[in-house]
Amino acid sequence: MHTKAKAYKQISILTSLVLILTGFVLFTGCENKKTVSLEYSDTGPAYGDAIVTGSIGDATTLIPIVASDSASHDICSLVFNGLLKYDKDIKLVGDLAKNWKVSEDGLVITFYLRKGVKWHDGHPFTARDVEFTYEKLIDANVKTPYSGDFKKVESLEVVDDYTVRVAYSQAFSPGLASWGMWIIPKHLLENEDFTKTDFSRNPIGTGPYIFKRWKTAERIDLIANTDYYEGRPFIDRYIYRIIPDQDAMFLELQTKGIDFMGLSPLQYKRQTHTEWFRKNFKKYKYPSFGYTYMGYNLKNSKFSDKRVRQAINFALDKQEIIDGVLLGLGRVCTGPYPAESWAYNKGVKPTPYNPKKAKVLLSEAGWCDTDKDGWLDKNGKRFEFTLITNQGNQQRALVAQIIQRRLKEVGIKVKIKILEWSTFLTEFINKRKFEAVILGWGLGRDPDNYDIWHSSKTKEGEFNFISFKNKEIDRLLDEGRRTFNQDKRKEIYNRIHKFLYDEQPYCFLYVPEALPVVNTRFKGIKPKALGIGYNFIKWYVPRKQQRYTR
Amino acid sequence: MINYIFKRLIGLVPTLLGITIITFTVIHLAPGKPTDLQTQLNPKVSLQARERMEKLYGLDKPLHIQYINWIKKLIKFDFGRSFIDDRKVSTKIKERIPITLGINILSMLLILGIAVPIGVASAIKEGSLFDRSATVFVFIGFATPTFWLALLLMSYFGVRLGWLPISGIRSLEFEYFSLLQKILDISWHLILPVFVSSFGALAGISRYMRTNMISVLGKDYIRTAKAKGLTETQVYYKHALKNAMLPIITILGLSIPGLIGGSVIFETIFAIPGMGRLFFTSVMARDYPVIMGILTIGAVLTLVGNLLADIAYSYIDPRIRYK
Repeated sequence: MHTKAKAYKQISILTSLVLILTGFVLFTGCENKKTVSLEYSDTGPAYGDAIVTGSIGDATTLIPIVASDSASHDICSLVFNGLLKYDKDIKLVGDLAKNWKVSEDGLVITFYLRKGVKWHDGHPFTARDVEFTYEKLIDANVKTPYSGDFKKVESLEVVDDYTVRVAYSQAFSPGLASWGMWIIPKHLLENEDFTKTDFSRNPIGTGPYIFKRWKTAERIDLIANTDYYEGRPFIDRYIYRIIPDQDAMFLELQTKGIDFMGLSPLQYKRQTHTEWFRKNFKKYKYPSFGYTYMGYNLKNSKFSDKRVRQAINFALDKQEIIDGVLLGLGRVCTGPYPAESWAYNKGVKPTPYNPKKAKVLLSEAGWCDTDKDGWLDKNGKRFEFTLITNQGNQQRALVAQIIQRRLKEVGIKVKIKILEWSTFLTEFINKRKFEAVILGWGLGRDPDNYDIWHSSKTKEGEFNFISFKNKEIDRLLDEGRRTFNQDKRKEIYNRIHKFLYDEQPYCFLYVPEALPVVNTRFKGIKPKALGIGYNFIKWYVPRKQQRYTR
Repeated sequence: MINYIFKRLIGLVPTLLGITIITFTVIHLAPGKPTDLQTQLNPKVSLQARERMEKLYGLDKPLHIQYINWIKKLIKFDFGRSFIDDRKVSTKIKERIPITLGINILSMLLILGIAVPIGVASAIKEGSLFDRSATVFVFIGFATPTFWLALLLMSYFGVRLGWLPISGIRSLEFEYFSLLQKILDISWHLILPVFVSSFGALAGISRYMRTNMISVLGKDYIRTAKAKGLTETQVYYKHALKNAMLPIITILGLSIPGLIGGSVIFETIFAIPGMGRLFFTSVMARDYPVIMGILTIGAVLTLVGNLLADIAYSYIDPRIRYK
C-alpha cells in the first residue's frame, strides 16, 4: 500500500512537470501579435539612418581579388568598384570605366576610365590601379582563385592615366565581363605582402561605402561615402550582423534587431502572414542566379543511353518537387542559364510529367521487368543506382527522396547516400565514383559555361565531372567565347540550351527563388531582373521614420 | 616536491609531442583539403588556380615534412597563419577566448550555486518529495536539447515579452554607451546564454554532490558528531559538507581545459563569437593551423590541469606523498 502511494506520488509529480513544460511550449508557440502604430507613408528621400543586415557567415578577407565567400563579397561589393558592372536588366555597363571599345577582331579591349574618382583616402584613381590589379591577379604568389580569366590576357598597356588597353591572343568575350573584378589601390598595396597585409581587414576602395570596423564573427560596419562618384548614398550606415542560425535571425527580424535578411521558403510561406509582419516588412521574390539538377555519370553504361536519361526526365514531376521542397517558391528549369538572362531559351518548354512515356522509352532502351518483381532489368541485371548529395542541404536531401519514390513507380531502384561536403567532393565527385548526383550551380551573369560542358574539362578536379562529350556543343561553346555581339551570342547559347535539354546530361530540376525581406521604412526599392540590390545607394528612409539617428 | 614537479614537467614534453603527432596525422587523414571550401565547384576557379593555391599553402609537400615545419614554428610559440584568412592563429584564438571564458566561468558559478544546494538538500532529505522532484527537474534539464530550449526562450522573452535581447553580446549602439551602460548591456545579453548553458549541466554536479553527501552522512564520525549534541546545521555544513566537497573540487580542477572550449550549438544560436564556432568552422574548412592551434592549447591545459590536480591532492590529503 505504502509503495503504491509513493509510486503514484512520483507519477503525479512527473505529469505535473510535463504539463508545466507543455504549457510553456503552447504558450510560446502562439503567434506574435504586437501592434505598432507607426506612420509608414513616404515623405520623400532623405539622408540618414542605418540598415542592419543579417548574414549567416562572417567575411574572411576584404582583399577583393582574394575573397571567395559570399559574406566577403557582400562587403566588397559596397566598398569597391570594377571597371564594368551589370545593370538592372543584366546588361554590362560602365562602372569605373566610363565606356569601352572592343576591336573588330575582338582581340583588343580599350577601357576609358572615369576621371575624378577618388579612393576613400583621397588619392585619385587612375589606370595604374587597373594595371596593378591585373598584375596581382596573375601573380603566382597571390592566393587568388580568379586567375583563370586573366591568364588569357596577352598584355595590358596603360595608354595614359585614364586609358587602358587589354590585348588577348584569341578573342575571348567572357573576358569583358571579367573586368567587373574589383579594382584595388596600387598606392596602398604596392609594397604589401598579400598574405600578411593589414588591408585585408581595413580595406580602402572607391565604392559607395567606406569601411569602418570589423568585429570578428560579430559585425562589420560601413559608412556612406559622401564623395561617391554616382552620388552620396541616402542610407548613412550599413551594419552587417553575423547571426549564424537562420531561426535566431528570423527572431531578430521580428524584434527589428535586423532590417534585411533572406527568408527560407518555410518562413516566407508560413511564418510571415500576420498583420503586424505585413505592416513592418516587405517581402520580395525573384529567381536566383542558380539551378539545382540531377547529374548522371555518363561513363556509367546505364546512363550512356540518351533514351534512359529522357525517360527519367519524363518520370519526374518537377512541379511536384518544387511544391514539396520549396513550397512552390521556385521555377521549373530547362537549361543551364539564369532564368532572367537573355541567354535563357524561353522557347524550350519543359517536358510534362508522363510516366507511361518514360516506361516506353526505357523498354526501347532494353529495360523491361522480365522477372515480374516490380523492378526493371536488362541482361539479368536490375536497374538500380545510388544517388548522392552533400550533407547540410536539406532541400537536396528532400529532392532525392521524391526522385526515389517517382523512379520506383517506373521500376528503377534508387539508393540515397548523403556525404559530408569535403569528402563528397574529393572522394566521390573528383574521382568520378558516383552514378548520379544532386547538386546546384551558382551562375555568373555571363552565360559562358565552357568549364562545365566542354569535353576538355573532364580531368580530375575539373567541372565537367559527368564526362559530357559532344562535338557540336564544344564547337558552340568555342564560338560563344569568340563572339562579342550579344544577338549572335544569344543565338549560340539558345542553341546550346535546346541541345542540352534534348540530350539530358543533367535532369534540370528547378531555379529556386531568392526571398529577401526588408523593413518597410526603406523606400525606393524596385525589383528588376538583377534583384533588388542593384540600386542600394538610392534606397532611403523618410526623415520621420529614421530609426538610428546617432 | 620541487624536484617532483620538475620531473613531471619534463615528462610532459614527450606526451605533448605524441599528442600533436597523432592529432596532426588524424586531421590530415580526413578527406578534403583547405582549398575545397574556397574554390571547389566554383566554375570561375580553374584547376590550375587551385593547384597554385595548394602550393602556396605548402600542401604539396609530404606529410612528415609538413609536420616538421609546423613543429619548428611551434617551438618558437608560433602557431602559423590560418589558411582561410591568413591571420595569425594566435590572434584568432585570442579574440575568441575572453567571451568563451567569461560565459563558461559565469555558468560554472551558476551551476555550483544551484547544483550544490540542490545536491545537499536532496541528500539530507533523501527520498523525500523535494529529493524526487529535484531529481526530475535536473534530469529534464539534462535531457532538454540546448537549441530547442534556447529558441523557446528567445521567442518568449525576446519576441513576445521583449525583455531580453535575442542574440549577440552587445547592442548596436554599444560604442556610444558609458562604462556602466556597457557593463549592463553585456550582462543583459548574457542572461539567456548563461542560463541555457548551465541548465543542462545541473544534473551532473547535483547528482555528484548528493551521492557524496549521502555517503559522508553514513560515516561514523557524523554519528559521533550528532551524538555529542551538535546542532543539525553544524553537523551538515561544518563536518559533512567539507568532506563531501572534496571530489567536486577535483572535478572542477579537471574542467580547466573545458573552460576555453565553447559549445558550437549554443554559440551558433545566440550568435556569440566564441571558441566553439571558431573550432567548428575551422574543422569544416580543414583550416589545419587553427585546428592544431586549438587542440595543442587544449592538450597543454589538460596536462597542466592533471599536474595541478596531483599537486593539490598532496596538500589536501596529507597521506599522499610524492618522491
